[in-house]
Amino acid sequence: MKSFTGKALRWEWREGVIELTLDHAPANEIGLTMLEDLERFVAAMVSLAPDTSACIVHSERKHGFSAGADLRELYHAAAKLSEKERVSGVRNFLERIHAAFNAIDAAPFTTIAAVHGVCFGGGFELALACDIIVADKMARFAFPELRLGLIPGFGGIPRLKRDLGNAFIRDLLLTGRSVNATRAQSVGLVAQLAAEGEALRIARATAAQVVKFDGVTRAAAKKFIKSIPHEDLRREIDIFCELFARPAVMDALKKFVESTDAMPYLP
Amino acid sequence: MRTLEQTTQEVLDLASKHFNVPAGSLAPEDDFFKKLGIDSLQTLEMLSRLENHFGIELPDYEVQGVSDFRTLASRIQSRL
Repeated sequence: MKSFTGKALRWEWREGVIELTLDHAPANEIGLTMLEDLERFVAAMVSLAPDTSACIVHSERKHGFSAGADLRELYHAAAKLSEKERVSGVRNFLERIHAAFNAIDAAPFTTIAAVHGVCFGGGFELALACDIIVADKMARFAFPELRLGLIPGFGGIPRLKRDLGNAFIRDLLLTGRSVNATRAQSVGLVAQLAAEGEALRIARATAAQVVKFDGVTRAAAKKFIKSIPHEDLRREIDIFCELFARPAVMDALKKFVESTDAMPYLP
Repeated sequence: MRTLEQTTQEVLDLASKHFNVPAGSLAPEDDFFKKLGIDSLQTLEMLSRLENHFGIELPDYEVQGVSDFRTLASRIQSRL
């Protein structure tokens, strides 16, 4: 399948490059709809891979790459369940997300996240599964999960730990603050900075360069340098589920869902 | 080094330019959420614009609860 249009995203293959466009209102929140489309993409990757050199992941939404997990969906779904069912349901969701993100992480082609605006929580974790992050200078990155009494659950900490220094991760995680693209580049998170509105163009130029390399060599190089931290990823799911079982988390989710604060991602 | 008055004026000019509010219609004591009509995602946009303009980092928690331009400018001033 060279192109696909789903409910939350679409992709198109052209001359060795896939463009995966996230387009789910309001800000590409990652819930079941996005997950199912990502799973479709991962399934299609198997047949696309032999003819693919690069994949660009970007967003069509005005406000950014992705605001993260769909907390409204999570809260409303969890509120209908018993505590035991809630934990079991969230574990199942996380297992599926991890499977999709691990497949993107290990893709035999080069993956480029073209990021603008908000890139928070689960959206940030999707960008981290990619090989290269190109960021618009207005992009902001954050892990605000601690405000809910949770840790990031889509593989964020293990992937950041793989890529960056621990001190920066602690700053992001333990304060919940967002950092701009310039700061993100200075710590090595962002590979290339783009002027406002230019991230996709720069990602396309990068993809055009990547296409020149031999596919077998590219896949071998990537496999050598970018190992998937499976053990930490498993542990992350366990910790997330342990924390999710606490009543305080449902209280925090309810507060977030009902909040009209200008900065609801802060506690 | 900028004075607080200069910083405040630059914040007002930047807000006016990027949120399509007529120049001169914003005052230091104005509530920027009401005056600019911005939501949480636009607040982040404003934060990025301020950081890029002044070449600083302004952690979200330092502007949480701040709603007027003058206090916002003073938070910026302390990081210049």
